[in-house]
Amino acid sequence: MSAPVFIAGTGAISAIGYSTAACLAALKNEAAGIGEMHYLDSVHRNELPVAEVKLSNEELSALSGLAPHISRTAQLGTIAAKEALANAGIHDVAQWRTGFISANSVGGMDKSENFYKAFLPDPSKGRLRDVVNHECGTVTEIVADQLGIKDYITTISTACSSSANSIFFAARLIRNNILDVVVAGGADALTKFTLNGFNTLMILDSEYCKPFDENRKGLNLGEGAGYVVLVSEKVAATLQANPSVKLSGYCNANDAYHQTASSPDGTGSYLAMSGALKRAGLQPADINYINLHGTGTQNNDIAEGTAIKRLFEPHFPKMSSTKTFTGHTLGACGGIEAVFSILSIHNGIVYPNLRLETPMSALPFTPETKLVTGLDIKHVLSNSFGFGGNCSSLIFSKV
Amino acid sequence: MYIRATGNISPQQSFGHGPLLETPVDHAGNRLNCIEPDYKEFIDVKLIRRMSRIIKMGVAAASECLREADLQNPDAIVTGTAYGCLEDTGIFLGRMVEQQETLLAPTAFIQSTHNTIGAQIALQLQCNNYNNAFVHRGFSFESALLDAMLLLKEGDAQNVLVGAIDEITNASHAILTRMGLYRRDNAPGLNLLTTPQKGTVAGEGAAFFVLANDPSATDYAKLDALHTFYKPAGKEAIEKEIGRFLSEAGVELNDIDLIIDGRNGDLRHDDVFTELQSSLFKNIPTAGFKQFCGEFPTASAFALWLASRILKDAKIPAALNVSGEPAALKKILIYNNHLNSHHSLLLVSAC
Repeated sequence: MSAPVFIAGTGAISAIGYSTAACLAALKNEAAGIGEMHYLDSVHRNELPVAEVKLSNEELSALSGLAPHISRTAQLGTIAAKEALANAGIHDVAQWRTGFISANSVGGMDKSENFYKAFLPDPSKGRLRDVVNHECGTVTEIVADQLGIKDYITTISTACSSSANSIFFAARLIRNNILDVVVAGGADALTKFTLNGFNTLMILDSEYCKPFDENRKGLNLGEGAGYVVLVSEKVAATLQANPSVKLSGYCNANDAYHQTASSPDGTGSYLAMSGALKRAGLQPADINYINLHGTGTQNNDIAEGTAIKRLFEPHFPKMSSTKTFTGHTLGACGGIEAVFSILSIHNGIVYPNLRLETPMSALPFTPETKLVTGLDIKHVLSNSFGFGGNCSSLIFSKV
Repeated sequence: MYIRATGNISPQQSFGHGPLLETPVDHAGNRLNCIEPDYKEFIDVKLIRRMSRIIKMGVAAASECLREADLQNPDAIVTGTAYGCLEDTGIFLGRMVEQQETLLAPTAFIQSTHNTIGAQIALQLQCNNYNNAFVHRGFSFESALLDAMLLLKEGDAQNVLVGAIDEITNASHAILTRMGLYRRDNAPGLNLLTTPQKGTVAGEGAAFFVLANDPSATDYAKLDALHTFYKPAGKEAIEKEIGRFLSEAGVELNDIDLIIDGRNGDLRHDDVFTELQSSLFKNIPTAGFKQFCGEFPTASAFALWLASRILKDAKIPAALNVSGEPAALKKILIYNNHLNSHHSLLLVSAC
């Protein structure tokens, strides 16, 4: 049951790049992807900055091979998942028992929004092709069909922790000898539904977000997709490139405090992080880098920070929130940040937590504000916490 | 592993552990809505007003199930829903479109996320344990069940609350009718399966189970095995999957006393079941279940509840209309398929 699960490949698309390599270059160059809204057609265009993938649906379609009218979420997912499989050097998924475990928060909502405009005044109106892919699972299947994966397919939706849970579940399917290879992660496109939803909660920053800053005002939404290819030891041995990272720890806990807010002491976050350490057989001092959930809301950052203080004091690892680059990509963030965590190990670097000016007075630590290079990163903890109290932490370790 | 307790809100009188389908509800029309209980016994009155129908159904079914299991704090809560909280999604989406993204209230958005029901259950119980939500069409319940079974097998949980919830809304019913899923006239009621035509009837439900590693006095049945397969190439591929499933479970077809299958009265859908009945499943007593609960992606949870009840009662209700007479009631095989693409097999046996 504790057989190792290796990371054989990664794929990512976000506001800072359309591939893993492009994202890494932007992270190193401190080039954030947040800006004015161009592709999402919302009345909040001039008030709320977002982190869009700077490609139209037609341009995404050229990269994904899907028709342009298919949900943007499926387009993003296909591009990143294909990259992950190619990066792993797995060209024939039929060779193994292969699964695709994806995550998203609102399925094909970007198209359902258009459908509803015509449907609402007259239920016999609206193009069905715009609502046929509304379900979260349908978006996953569009991608799975593109990858040719059919042995096991499922979708997880636990708000902002969705894709961390999909990676977690994938690892367990391998450890239980149900699958050999799993492409796992998540995808989410920006939608008006989500933008307006977060806006009603008054947790969107009208400026660029400042996670873990005393004067933080909220989050910026982003979009993208991130996938990792998890493989068993048996598969790893057949790959040309020996995997150098494994998923060593994971834990899922519930804050059980409020439908949208985190408990002040970060109970769920603490349980997720401490559970992942226990699973990996590691001590807090073994962690070299924490990829923070770090959304930039008052509530998340103090809850997450308090839980980190309780667990790690006095030996704080380096930390940063890469949402300062990509915005909060919701159902995709666990996948994208898993890719960034793996890159941190590969490259011995820690990314900057951009725009951090005044560290939070309640916390005894400060995230990194500049790129740090030349490190020996052995263990990275990646946090994903969401609505509904769903908290998950993953630990990636150097082999 | 053992099915220790159940809680099921469905279009039948399934809630409250009364007699099994003694007088089945014969719904008119192509929309089988759940028969809902008085929620006051299960949910704070202030919360009832705020919660949408699917959340109330889910929380009440889960509460009933935990009460039967005499369990305060399950080691894990896992839910499956294909459509999620459609009513709240529709409310927020509708207002957003009508009010052109202005003056919106957050409640419907907050309650629209797919993990709302699992989260509300955890909140009500103050349960900090593992909590997951699967949202994969006709595999939503099966994925949740697999997660639960693995948690028990891995030893990370000794008991798991696992369930499935899906609701019909006016909008979803209108859209799925336009897509051709449902019969437009001649609503067949309980004769759904014996009057095959184009289209089926819409269903919904909230069914929860407590699965446990150890046996208890209240157990319904043992859940022996689960398998799903996606878009099989044809009848031969389906037979191969069924054969492999049974052999991996160490069971012969002859050992199966009853098959509960997922036919839904739609001519375009039921061929596979009819063919299997004259080939692989020949001479095995078989019955459908969707005449009771309607068709929806997580209907297999109703089938698991039905099989569990039959094994616990050691009696098949007459309304089930089984083809043939089971020699014994030890093993039930559930074979469901949703839209011909999502196939699932569940093997349940008497304790």
